[in-house]
Amino acid sequence: MIVELTVNGVPVTARVTNPGSLLDLLRDELGLPGSKNACEQGECGSCSVILDGELVCSCLVMAADAAGSSVTTVEGVSPDDGLHPVQEAMHHAGAVQCGFCTPGIVVAAVDLFARNAHPSSNEIKDALAGNICRCTGYGAIIRALEGVGATDEH
Amino acid sequence: MEIVHPNSIDEALAGLGDGAIPLAGGTDLMVEVNFGHIRPERVIGLRRLAELKEWDGQRIGAGVTWRRIETHGPKALAEAARTVGSPQIRNAGTIGGNLGTASPAGDGHPFLAAVGASIELASTASQRTLTWQEFFTGVKETARRPDELIMAVHLPAGLPERQCFGKIGIRNAMVIATVCAVVTRADDGKTTVALGSVAPTPIRATGAENMISSIGHPSAGDLVEFQRLVSEEVRPITDHRSTEEYRRHGAGVLARRLLERCLS
Repeated sequence: MIVELTVNGVPVTARVTNPGSLLDLLRDELGLPGSKNACEQGECGSCSVILDGELVCSCLVMAADAAGSSVTTVEGVSPDDGLHPVQEAMHHAGAVQCGFCTPGIVVAAVDLFARNAHPSSNEIKDALAGNICRCTGYGAIIRALEGVGATDEH
Repeated sequence: MEIVHPNSIDEALAGLGDGAIPLAGGTDLMVEVNFGHIRPERVIGLRRLAELKEWDGQRIGAGVTWRRIETHGPKALAEAARTVGSPQIRNAGTIGGNLGTASPAGDGHPFLAAVGASIELASTASQRTLTWQEFFTGVKETARRPDELIMAVHLPAGLPERQCFGKIGIRNAMVIATVCAVVTRADDGKTTVALGSVAPTPIRATGAENMISSIGHPSAGDLVEFQRLVSEEVRPITDHRSTEEYRRHGAGVLARRLLERCLS
């Protein structure tokens, strides 16, 4: 089955192996491996994408059901000439250990800051409740994201 | 596999039957698909069907997401919504999907049982509204026929202001309930107690309700008796998430604490 959708602002046409997930479509058909495949049951958040304006787990979206939708993956959050402020902050704070959860956390944080420019520490934690870091590197991640709000205030 | 994206309720209903599977947020169905437990032949994609997302006073459309209920729902239902999965799950998962799956641990179910909600179903041939007791028939089983779509949840008018949801689980976020419960208390003392994860379907602890409803200002001893009655009435099992004994004890403690919150 062929589906048409918009990924990171670009209209694409891709072959879907039914009833596969949007995650498989992104990784295997469109060559966008930033969204990670881990739990396949919506528990880890490493496949997080923004689908029609909402943060979701792409492993739980049926690819055929994403026809006509607009998807932003981690590959699409940064401007052409640099990093998104969330990526910049995590880079500077060293908020990465093994890095596997990082793309999902970046997408969830980008979604958070799009809705709330100055989230509190608790709001940051709530927003990342669906993203698991098996290295348990949450402290550095949360400190980095607290810095995004602070930089913005200057 | 064939997928239909209906533009109206009528088109959606016409597509049901013949093994077609309704797909809303996908947060339950896609887990089954990813693990190879279900291989759908025909899917009715409901995610963008605007009519199912309508929320008109006491009628909540089946396609309303937990995210919206978290911010706009009645107090105890909003509290329940906040514990559904994660932000990602709440953005996708719907109240209709929660009913369709009918997991004994469904976070939305105790509220519906506590307030006496009903569930609206439709097919091309008929439309009917079932009480929550008629709708839930067993573990992941409901009275919905394969040609029917869950259309909406109807809440009664005049919900008690004092209403609280609580959930016991092994962590705060992203957790399936070991026990979940809602207690409501009206101004005249009438109290309802509904629990999830302690029986095949959501249940009401009617003995405990009757005992406490007649007492205007419950004493510490009354609360102990209330807790004991709730623990006695639930019908939990031992599984990979908890034991029968822990659930029975937890149900009583949780209900008593929620009642204390309602009374304070």
